[in-house]
Amino acid sequence: MRTYEFGLYVFMLAAFLGFELIRRVSPLLHTPLMSLTNAISAISVVGAILITGERDASVLTRSLGFIAVLAATINVVSGYLITDRMLKMFKKREPRK
Amino acid sequence: MIDNILPVFYILAAASFILAIKWMNSPATARRGVFVGEAGMLLAVVGTLLRYEVVEYKWIVIAFLLGSAIGVPLAYLMPMTAVPQRTAISHAFGALASALIGTAEYFAHSPHGFRMAALILETLLGFLTFTASLMAFGKLQEILPTRPITYKGQNFVNLILFTLAAVIGIALIISPEQRWMFPIFMVLSLIFGVLLIIPIGGADMPTVIALLNSYAGLSASAMGFALDNKLLIIAGALDGSSGLILAIIMCKAMNRSFTNVLFGAFGQVQTKAAKTEARPVRSASAEEAAEMLDAARSVIIIPGYGMAVAQAQHKLRELFDSLSKRGIDVRFAIHPVAGRMPGHMNVLLAEADVPYDKLIEMEEINPEFPNADVALVIGANDVVNPAAKNDKSSPISGMPILEAYRARTVMIIKRGMSAGFAGIDNELYYMDHTLMLFGDAKAFVGSICKELSASK
Repeated sequence: MRTYEFGLYVFMLAAFLGFELIRRVSPLLHTPLMSLTNAISAISVVGAILITGERDASVLTRSLGFIAVLAATINVVSGYLITDRMLKMFKKREPRK
Repeated sequence: MIDNILPVFYILAAASFILAIKWMNSPATARRGVFVGEAGMLLAVVGTLLRYEVVEYKWIVIAFLLGSAIGVPLAYLMPMTAVPQRTAISHAFGALASALIGTAEYFAHSPHGFRMAALILETLLGFLTFTASLMAFGKLQEILPTRPITYKGQNFVNLILFTLAAVIGIALIISPEQRWMFPIFMVLSLIFGVLLIIPIGGADMPTVIALLNSYAGLSASAMGFALDNKLLIIAGALDGSSGLILAIIMCKAMNRSFTNVLFGAFGQVQTKAAKTEARPVRSASAEEAAEMLDAARSVIIIPGYGMAVAQAQHKLRELFDSLSKRGIDVRFAIHPVAGRMPGHMNVLLAEADVPYDKLIEMEEINPEFPNADVALVIGANDVVNPAAKNDKSSPISGMPILEAYRARTVMIIKRGMSAGFAGIDNELYYMDHTLMLFGDAKAFVGSICKELSASK
């Protein structure tokens, strides 16, 4: 099987899995869900690292890569932290005072 | 040796992202989901740093430190009311990263064939989502006018531009060595993103944000194809399908199609509806409202974007407390498109410590309205407009609404008689059992609370 064919299979299965999983998320949590998936899509940091860390990268690719690592890192860090901050607020019953 | 172990890092990372999303289905497990998602990200990053191609660490480490230095305060200092803006700006960052990686990859390795096609898709989606998200951010932050901006032939201009970008994109796939075309392609994608958002108004933001979320994910997935990295394909596909589902839910909740949201420019109907003449309404003071709430057995509160603007959620929670203490059953009815992003109201009310089992979805709460003594509408308008059900000619006809009008008494806190976002008059205001409470949402709820505690 050619690589791109294999990739397309992976994509299809992941997309269907995503549909099934996300349909089950309660509307209550749609905002945290969106910030979580946003943090997950910052996985592009992987591509950014590969570009930036190359041995003979030119100044152009290294600077583009640097900005990409920076932008993705901001998303990873703030995405996970703010999702957790939001989720901490969802309480079933009020704490007794 | 190490290169045989590294794929395991990626597989584990993919598995933890799937688990993270799975655990988001309930508030009880959601925080575990975030934790496992973080672990997955850590595995992916470590697994990448250890790869033999990665030799130059200096700039990566600087970017990590700088990114964390910006990301941490962004997460902790951001007020919850600004969550839609933050989401928009983070879509912009994500899309920018993916577009720039595509650009760098193009100039560094000159890919061709299938990889080049994936790279073109990645950069197109990346650049257009970048500017589109910045525009969305500007509108949410109200730096830019929130009303839709339309002009004659707008869709035609957009179509031409998109076709041009697509043609150049295809030309680049066929002959990737024509490097001069790439910057033109970039600029066209960037402009297209701006034009895409100009005609979209504030109330359509939930759909648009969800859609941009999807694009950012798909761009990451396309990057996976360009770099032949399965982890990127999987994570991007998860994000892409998530955004798409949310956008579909939002569209359904407004009874509109994607094309209508993106190209329909809802604001145009305003001119037609501007004829509204003054009709008599019944208004009431905070004291009267407090008495009626005190006498009620069941109250349903309907928050909308106006509550977020007035920052009334904490006062509302005081009201919730003092009514609950009197044994009154208080619940919140949440319309799927209330606010500026999916789930916006839930986050604000949760921040104000309202227990989440009191936040009820539309389908569940609608049959309860006939049994409710009071429906209290705060900063919501179109989502309670009976015209959506009764008036076939109304622009919002067919949109599912919260049936507040079926409650015994309806109270509406509102600054004045202006129409809602759709620019349509609301029948509900003129009904016999409706009381208008004129004033700022936060101040008015505050004075109801004061009246209630005084009458104890």
